[in-house]
Amino acid sequence: MHAFDYHRPATIKEAASLLRKTENSRVLAGGQSLIPTLKFRLSKPSALIDLAGIGELRGIKLDGATLTIGAMTTHSEVASSKDVAIGIPTLARLAAGVGDRQVRNAGTIGGALANNDPAADYPAAVLGIGASVHTNKRVIPADKFFTGTLETALRAGEIITAVAFPLPKRAAYVKFRNPASRFALVGVFVAEGAGAVRVAVTGAAPCVFRVKEMEKRLGEKFAAEAIAKITVPPGTLNSDIHASAEYRSHLITVLAQRAVAAALAGK
Amino acid sequence: MNAPIIGQPIQRKEDVRFLTGGGTFTDDVNVHGQTHAYFLRSPHAHARIRSIDRAQAATAPGVLAIFTGDDLAEAKVNGLPCGWLITDVNGQPMKEPPHPVLAQGKVRYVGDHVAVVIAETLNQAKEAAELIDVDYEILSAVVKAGDARKPGAPVVHDAAPDNTCFVWAIGDKEAVDRAFSGAHHVTTLEFINNRLIPNAIEPRAAVAQYAASEDAYTLHVTSQNPHVERLLMTAFVLGLPEHKVRVISPDVGGGFGSKIYLYAEETVITWASKQVKRPIKWTAERTESFLSDAHGRDHVTRAELALDKDGKFLALRVATTANMGAYLSTFASCIPTILYATLLAGQYTTPAIHCEVTAVFTNTAPVDAYRGAGRPEATYVVERLVDTAARETGIDRAEIRRRNFITTFPYQTPVALNYDTGNYEATLAEAMQIAGVAGFETRRKEAERRGMLRGLGYSAYIEACGIAPSNIAGALGARAGLFEAGEIRVHPTGSVTVFTGSHSHGQGHETTFAQVVAGRLGIPVENVDVVHGDTGRILFGMGTYGSRSIAVGGTAIMKALDKVIAKGKKIAAHLLDAQESEVEFVDGEFWITGTDRCKTFAEVALAAYVPHNYPLDKLEPGLNESAFYDPTNFTFPAGSHICEVEIDPATGVTRVVNFTAVDDFGKVINPMIVEGQVHGGLAQGIGQALLEACIYDPESGQLLTATLMDYALPRADDLPAFKVGMKETPCTHNPLGVKGCGEAGAIGAPAAVINAVVDALAHLGVRDVEMPATPERVWRAIQSAKTANKAA
Repeated sequence: MHAFDYHRPATIKEAASLLRKTENSRVLAGGQSLIPTLKFRLSKPSALIDLAGIGELRGIKLDGATLTIGAMTTHSEVASSKDVAIGIPTLARLAAGVGDRQVRNAGTIGGALANNDPAADYPAAVLGIGASVHTNKRVIPADKFFTGTLETALRAGEIITAVAFPLPKRAAYVKFRNPASRFALVGVFVAEGAGAVRVAVTGAAPCVFRVKEMEKRLGEKFAAEAIAKITVPPGTLNSDIHASAEYRSHLITVLAQRAVAAALAGK
Repeated sequence: MNAPIIGQPIQRKEDVRFLTGGGTFTDDVNVHGQTHAYFLRSPHAHARIRSIDRAQAATAPGVLAIFTGDDLAEAKVNGLPCGWLITDVNGQPMKEPPHPVLAQGKVRYVGDHVAVVIAETLNQAKEAAELIDVDYEILSAVVKAGDARKPGAPVVHDAAPDNTCFVWAIGDKEAVDRAFSGAHHVTTLEFINNRLIPNAIEPRAAVAQYAASEDAYTLHVTSQNPHVERLLMTAFVLGLPEHKVRVISPDVGGGFGSKIYLYAEETVITWASKQVKRPIKWTAERTESFLSDAHGRDHVTRAELALDKDGKFLALRVATTANMGAYLSTFASCIPTILYATLLAGQYTTPAIHCEVTAVFTNTAPVDAYRGAGRPEATYVVERLVDTAARETGIDRAEIRRRNFITTFPYQTPVALNYDTGNYEATLAEAMQIAGVAGFETRRKEAERRGMLRGLGYSAYIEACGIAPSNIAGALGARAGLFEAGEIRVHPTGSVTVFTGSHSHGQGHETTFAQVVAGRLGIPVENVDVVHGDTGRILFGMGTYGSRSIAVGGTAIMKALDKVIAKGKKIAAHLLDAQESEVEFVDGEFWITGTDRCKTFAEVALAAYVPHNYPLDKLEPGLNESAFYDPTNFTFPAGSHICEVEIDPATGVTRVVNFTAVDDFGKVINPMIVEGQVHGGLAQGIGQALLEACIYDPESGQLLTATLMDYALPRADDLPAFKVGMKETPCTHNPLGVKGCGEAGAIGAPAAVINAVVDALAHLGVRDVEMPATPERVWRAIQSAKTANKAA
């Protein structure tokens, strides 16, 4: 990799200041995507600002109707948290299925969201539940956060501090793994919340997205057969060596039905 | 001490070292003053090199030297040789275009070697490489075997204007044509045997040192055959005297064939270590391995089987196009010919067989032997045809095999090989019993109730191992001998060090060979250590590939042991004041027949080295014997694999839910190690069938599967718990009765898996699914069958 400076600030304020002052610096929030790009020499930041030393970015809190997860909370912490298991059990299962054990022990929810990999799991949960992303500047609703491939609404110098999930009545995530990478070839998150159903799809398109037509039908009747005939047009989906757009489109419908069935079964 | 050692599942002696981090792999070797090499590789599949400007890079921090193909040409470094000459049907030798170690004038595949940077650190070498300015004239590329001979295809080598390396054939074409014209039924299949990328867990690596004081080189390298590596590098490429080059292949983390060959990297750094007067290390990164390790398989085949009204096979006709890649790798040419077409009889009495193989050059990495090497491809042809023919003729798939099995031995096939022994009915019967074939229809119905499609597939494979009798190999075009060497060094207190020309890169030779020696000498296995992988310590040996180690290397050891025992009898006779003819060697002791007088092996060893009471007038002191062994025939391991799959018709996801392998490896020395070899081979075979696909972009020639994120290797949760059984019909022409086991799993499994997939879908009208049978391919097969059924 190319040489870079390394900073390990103790507060959000200090981190933000370093980020503002250091040209071409990058935030390190677990590094499970960033470090490989450095190793491949695909990225050449002048400095990495490691958030691992900032205590206020960690932790999980279940409070009334909201589950709040600090940005630097690792996937394995989410997976094993009692509060997550009580509040949104499917989120704990999702976290337990991210990457491999090493990735889950180092990777963080904030890092995953800021990176917004088109095949990552967390974006599906955040969009599917309608969570809000808290930063050091503001609160960004999920619907405004994910803007494109590896792109988010975050501005320069903005750092995710926490994610707040309203507790859904029921939810489930079904992932079809790419046999090579084990990332989502298609992942569908279905959540029935206060008066509304949301369906979010990851892995299938350049960016996580909602399927409004499915949400409408499921709002009328929360049952798998309600969406059996609803397909996402392949034209908007990815086609690559792992799967054609047609196959991804087909999988979305199959997996969405399975997610509904799993949500109903409480799995 | 007298319990039988051979045949016992003794724990692997080498595992203490490996499991506690005590192994020494090539990258663990660090030498004082070591520098690092980084290879600048071609980003293009096919391009002319107009110029290379290295001025800026040469002045970058830490850089000692930068070499290009021009430097090597000027230094009269030759290209990499091919070790097997195939003669074209027109009588001409195959086309052997130059294979320069660093590209000269042209690059021919993505990853081709353009320049090497040698610097104090690897990072400095990489930084400098980014400053080398190569002016490429990009040419169009051809990557698929089936496209290479099309009119107007880009020409990879001027020496082969139609991209054809050779057209080769075996068998009696007229007899085959006659049999087809009178056939009751003909089954035809066309398929691709998918290209694979080996992916040993340890990437290739090398450390080269030149000692000016001795004008000698030491090369540590990840090689399956250090003597062959040295011979090819010194005699053919660098023009160095062999005795001035020591090649050490220390612990090696997997090879699967990909570490047989002489590669550019170790050749370049060996040469360069003298130029820069410093040791040089190179270790491949994973993507470099994907790009530049020799790949495997990559055949396009049309195959036809003619049957009579009773389901007896009358003739087999096969036409294969084999992708050689951009250059001929060390043994590339013999894989789709000698190790492929000669196996097309399979386990059957098919009386007439003809196979024509067209080998083509493309803008892809070189293709060479990969676990099984030609034999998985042959098994796939035969066993896919047999399952399909059974379905088409309405004969049970086990029954059609039984009707055609070879049952008398030795058996001369119509494609050169002479099988010495086997019992194919027995392996099939046992496999069917273990797999519970009788209960399959019940399981299928149960799966149906869960909405799943269940299928069962057979594969009755045969392989030719041992590689080979040298005289036969030579007649078939081999440019090397194929014996093996072994040496038994008995120490004065009776412990033994074994030196073998075989090489272990995961096979467990340090245990298996120790068992052979301990068993023969009647001494504890702890008293035997095995040394391999060092041209400075071992007799000239040919190394490990083609499941040859126990059959050829083990036999060389047995021959040396015979000499040790023969000499021991002479010594014992003297010590016991008896005639040599009266001495028997039993369980580690030399006995005078019919008496209570004996000497232990250790006592005899001590007498040999402390010859105070010794027939020095008739016998040399010492107890150290060696042997070279050249087999009289191949060995023919064979077996039956039965695979059961379940397919989710909604997604096309295929799970292997049962896999049974009953193999006949002849005598088994260590059943635990053998079972491990079978498991590993099955994993790779199932990987080929369901997961692994090397994909080059057909336009740009870019390798699209150049990381483990894109190339799907099988993992534990992709595989079932294997059911393994053994049948032992001892090999008739080596003293251990062994046949070899390393490749069997990878040879038999792909056909069994695809036969099972097709069986699960046959009721829909599906008769083939291309490998790898990915979820999308299976789903599409179901969809198109449904569409076709609707139309009909």
